[in-house]
Amino acid sequence: MARIIAGVGTSHTPAIGAAVDNGRTHEPYWAPLFKGYEPSKKWMAETKPDVAIIVYNDHVNAFDFKIIPTFAIGCAEEFPIADEGWGQRPVPPVKGYPELAAHLVQSLVLDEFDITIVNEMQVDHGLTVPMTLMWGQPKEWPVRVIPIAVNVIQYPAPTGNRCYNLGKAIRKAVESWDEDLRVVVFGTGGMSHQIQGPRAGLINKEFDKAFLDGLTQDPERLAQIPPIEYLREAGAEAIELVMWLIMRGALGDNVKEVYRFYHVPASSTGVGNIILEAG
Amino acid sequence: MSKKKEEYEDIPGTWVFDAQRARKGYHLNAFLYSLMKPENREEFLADERKYLMKFPMTEEQREAVIARDWNRLLELGGVSYALAKLAFTDKKSYQYMASQMVGVTEQEYVNMMLAGGRSPDGWRSKSERGE
Repeated sequence: MARIIAGVGTSHTPAIGAAVDNGRTHEPYWAPLFKGYEPSKKWMAETKPDVAIIVYNDHVNAFDFKIIPTFAIGCAEEFPIADEGWGQRPVPPVKGYPELAAHLVQSLVLDEFDITIVNEMQVDHGLTVPMTLMWGQPKEWPVRVIPIAVNVIQYPAPTGNRCYNLGKAIRKAVESWDEDLRVVVFGTGGMSHQIQGPRAGLINKEFDKAFLDGLTQDPERLAQIPPIEYLREAGAEAIELVMWLIMRGALGDNVKEVYRFYHVPASSTGVGNIILEAG
Repeated sequence: MSKKKEEYEDIPGTWVFDAQRARKGYHLNAFLYSLMKPENREEFLADERKYLMKFPMTEEQREAVIARDWNRLLELGGVSYALAKLAFTDKKSYQYMASQMVGVTEQEYVNMMLAGGRSPDGWRSKSERGE
């Protein structure tokens, strides 16, 4: 039986990827951030999952505005790296797991999550920066990936509660796959940030800390946070945090917090990272 | 025909990219999306107005693009991630774009972030700011 063994929450700020790609991780601006991610990277190197389900959002790269799926699942054999306007990131293409993705589609739709099926898709920094943070710069990624893209760009994003319940349905789907696989689920984006308008640069450390605490101790409460609270308290782009609730929902009731890290800033973002092992 | 005022419209200094704004910004964002291709970036920079005429956006939107009036572009339906492609076309960064929206220099913006960012205190509602 396939099992979800752990969840990873992490920001996916594009500047973090650029710092790695341009060899700037030792600069004073970046060094504390990369030092803070070392324990997670080590944990990942020891855990060696077979599959990562990475919940992220596309930033007007794979999806223009012709079609905006609220939830989409990547079912391809391979996902090329998008050129987001400054050239492709120098990272290997992402290997998919079409058989398991197809199984997730069937299970999720019958479980009343009408997810959009995507058979060809480029992936952007939302997916690749978390991979870089956790696996560094390998020639080939040591894991197969099922991308789950969530619309958090056009308001409204799906509610936290809907995301939390999608996570639970993903857990059920994975556990009904008859192959010994160890699966980690990523929730990416956030934490507090706003990159638009005169209010740009907003950071709310208290909100972010309470969110990290809630992931471990009281996810049911987090699932009830209304969209307006993310926008007002933690910035227009902090709504990305609903994607962490998909990850948390996939872990079951009890989790063990293995590690957390928080740092301001990466570009305009409050950066958070948490590792939760499923109970 | 109008809708009731949404709660998020009371957040100061912010244009939430909601369904109505997305509708108005559709062709503007299609233009911005086209800047993902290097040949389009070149063509745009060679003659901005001529390139913009290919997209059925409003004249107001075209003028805001040419003026790099970032806040006006947000108001007219541009979404920040698409607007960033215009900043990249100008060889500028996200932080540069944000600094222009805030009305400070890029270095001042970077310094604000290094000092922990903007506190939400005083930025929660237009009414508390007397707007």
